[in-house]
Amino acid sequence: MRYEAVIGLEIHSELKTNTKIFCGCKTTFGAEQNTHVCPVCLGLPGVLPTVNKKVVEFAIKAGLATNCKINEYSKFDRKNYYYPDLPKNWQTSQYDLPIAEHGYVEILVDSEKKKIGLTRIHMEEDAGKLVHSGTNIKDSASSNVDYNRTGVPLIEIVSEPDMRSAAEARAYMEKIKAILEYIDVSNCRMEEGNLRADINVSLRPVGESKLGTRTEMKNINSFKALEDAINYEIERQTEVLEDGGEIIQETRTWDPAKGITLSMRSKEDAHDYRYMPEPDLPPIVTTKEEIENYRKNLPELPDARRARLEKEYGLSEYDASIITSSREMAEYFDGVIATGADAKQAANWIMGDLSKNLNADGVTVKDSPVDAKRLGEMILLIQKGTISGKIAKQVFSEMWKNPDSPEKIVKDKGLVQITDTKAIEGIVDEVIAKNQKAVDDYKNGNKKAIGALVGQVMKASKGKANPQAVNELLAKKLG
Amino acid sequence: MELYFETAASLHSMLKNKKITAKELTEAVISRIDATENEIGAYLTVTKENALENAKKTDEKIAKGEEIGFLEGLPGGIKDNICTKGVKTTCASKILENFVPPYNATVVEKLLGVNYSLMGKLNMDEFAMGGSTENSAYKLTKNPWDKERVPGGSSGGAAASVAAGSAVWSLGSDTGGSIRQPASFCGVVGLKPTYGRVSRYGLVAYASSLDQIGPVTRDVTDAANIMNIIAGNDAMDSTSSKKAVPDYTKSLVKDVKGLKIGCPKEYFADGMDKEVENAVRAAIASYKDMGAEIVDISLPHTKYAISSYYLIAPAEAATNLQRYDGVSYGARVDGEDIVSLMTNTRTAKFGAEVKRRIMIGNYALSAGYYDAYYLKALKVRTLIQQDFTEAFKSVDVIMTPTAPTAAFKIGEMEDPLKLYLQDIYTVPINLAGVPGISVPCGFTQNNLPIGLQIIGRPLDEETIIRAAYAYEQENNWKDKRVGGEN
Repeated sequence: MRYEAVIGLEIHSELKTNTKIFCGCKTTFGAEQNTHVCPVCLGLPGVLPTVNKKVVEFAIKAGLATNCKINEYSKFDRKNYYYPDLPKNWQTSQYDLPIAEHGYVEILVDSEKKKIGLTRIHMEEDAGKLVHSGTNIKDSASSNVDYNRTGVPLIEIVSEPDMRSAAEARAYMEKIKAILEYIDVSNCRMEEGNLRADINVSLRPVGESKLGTRTEMKNINSFKALEDAINYEIERQTEVLEDGGEIIQETRTWDPAKGITLSMRSKEDAHDYRYMPEPDLPPIVTTKEEIENYRKNLPELPDARRARLEKEYGLSEYDASIITSSREMAEYFDGVIATGADAKQAANWIMGDLSKNLNADGVTVKDSPVDAKRLGEMILLIQKGTISGKIAKQVFSEMWKNPDSPEKIVKDKGLVQITDTKAIEGIVDEVIAKNQKAVDDYKNGNKKAIGALVGQVMKASKGKANPQAVNELLAKKLG
Repeated sequence: MELYFETAASLHSMLKNKKITAKELTEAVISRIDATENEIGAYLTVTKENALENAKKTDEKIAKGEEIGFLEGLPGGIKDNICTKGVKTTCASKILENFVPPYNATVVEKLLGVNYSLMGKLNMDEFAMGGSTENSAYKLTKNPWDKERVPGGSSGGAAASVAAGSAVWSLGSDTGGSIRQPASFCGVVGLKPTYGRVSRYGLVAYASSLDQIGPVTRDVTDAANIMNIIAGNDAMDSTSSKKAVPDYTKSLVKDVKGLKIGCPKEYFADGMDKEVENAVRAAIASYKDMGAEIVDISLPHTKYAISSYYLIAPAEAATNLQRYDGVSYGARVDGEDIVSLMTNTRTAKFGAEVKRRIMIGNYALSAGYYDAYYLKALKVRTLIQQDFTEAFKSVDVIMTPTAPTAAFKIGEMEDPLKLYLQDIYTVPINLAGVPGISVPCGFTQNNLPIGLQIIGRPLDEETIIRAAYAYEQENNWKDKRVGGEN
């Protein structure tokens, strides 16, 4: 039997507010343990929460940017469970009246567009961090709690089970990340846990509409882990089903080192969260006018930007979608073309040499040693014919290590393209003399043979000769 | 009259007129504590040094001819569930035995702003759960009028201290009657403000949607003066009202002419003690003599109030008390792992009544039961609120007994259900969120105080203060003191 995977994601994203969701403590990452705390986020007896209005604003923006309906009347609830990183032993979250519902985003996988539904977006507080003396809470003689993260605002974005492959799940998460970056509500630093996903995976026979039993994997915080975990889980479940077994509804944990998922707890151990309306916080009421105002002030979103790049610069859909997949990348592109550089060239360089170098060095485009301006200037040198595309690759490598302007690098390294026919003529004559066979082929009607001759001239000139000038000169000399 | 029995207002004027010094007064209260505390047991923590220090400063100010505020130099007590920075706040629970708050409740900040004098922290039912102060994990508090009887609860220490002369005034908290019922049992005045009138920030939560802090005093004048200090909006409490606070002392006028008083028939039903009924009816008749109009009204959903309250309050309590898990606050009974540590700590450190309410609350919130219990209780609450809204269209205040009986004997209410029924006249007021005050309105043949409850419109503390004041001026119950002193 052939199976189809059904995948849904719950994405948690930390919002980039200056202060926590229910108190005035700072949200800065990486501070000394238990320095960003107060009676309120520590949940001391007698304290009461007050809502950070910025959090509501950011959540509404996230809802609008993902085509959600914003609930004018929304409320907080207590999600009750005992865990030592949760000082009140409940998480203030939202249950039946989340801030946003019924949205969607569009993804592009293998040139096919697909809508992924969003069930809801709700606001909640993050928990603290346990620091174990051993490797986990079970094998540790003692554990300490760092409450700095307690009360950092989160939104949880819950998707419909609309994804069918790891690639689609990845594209979806990338799209969510891009949107949150574009509207500037989250830093989306996955390595810091700003953005993490719980993944639900189930299988069903192709053609079946009923959902199969699902398993859940929590706190996945890289795109690679997301794809690997889903692919592993699809394979594992397929094997179980093909062996006539049954999938057990459970939470599994992804072990990136071993590349496998392991059973963590079964449904029987699942919590009854005993949700209760938060009595200490009045409902959040947002007027239609306020919502419209937020909508009007949303910046350009990834899809709109992609369409604009296609239209204005004639980029392909694929190129435009890669360029707009992150706000930083799109802004980098804007920076390059602001110098007057050709858009298609800019796209090619960004997706080619720039991306390759960034990946190799593990840096983000924001911290690229070659900034947008310098790349633009380099492309202009190509456009002016000062350097050839081939030489440009050399120039780019040099720029990666050397902060000088491309012009200076070209000059210092003597990489200026030779367009002067007289300067090339000697080499051309020499090449004609040494390659009688190619010359004969050309003269006998094989016009393609000129390519080999051009290549020889380029080689002999160490790439500096202008290929067009070489072509013309050769054609002339060979009659 | 002994100094320690004087009202705050009269002591304040004696201080201002230099008839006494704050030192004399504070020492008198301290000697009274020394003399009575063994028997009464109103305090969990006595802060003598603090009170004496305050007296010294107050006397210096007076000597310099500076103005002093209403509470300066007048030793008062605070219920032990209101956070006082640097002073233990135990909620009368073993689980908070060593909890010293690093912050002050907003009411305490406000009191500090007017240089109040803290005499100590007062006994209560554990986490304010109970109506007799018998649920304190530390000690019994006895009714100063009859030491075989309870002072009521949960603010038993707050009422007993004011009645016994071991505090000039006190602050209590009221979730289902916890200020008014002990005030009634101890023959003092207890005011539960409108939900949201006084900030709850720093009041250790029992049932968040019902809890309110209020004054316990020897007369209505003192209550009005303390309300002026503690009432008002607080940025730290999102449920606090933004409405401006009036000067409550302006309501201290003896004028109830034309006041429409509602008498709900459901509050004068079977099971009510005859002596209580007679006293309350006589009080209401006295209003008629003063020119008020008495109107028979109905609050038809009263009979569901107790069941609704005993689902909503425990449900909120169950979550509010989850933070006491052995991880923080010192009290810990170790276990093999984190789950057993939490279970062992909570099993050993919570008292029986607290555990009972936690279990009821968690049951009511459980998957599959939520709609049948908690949600239904919330709907009943709405109906009870509507009863009051409807009634206040035709009357200005509602008058009822505060409690169905006078103080009962220690150990008498072993059946928790019997004790829950004691709250029958006070609980609906919390569910509706309206203000209520209990004023002494007579004594039983056994010389036990009886209380009259006056209920007002939301945020209309002024009218109930005016009504209570007028009654107090007309009748001299407030002048009677423990031990027959008058």
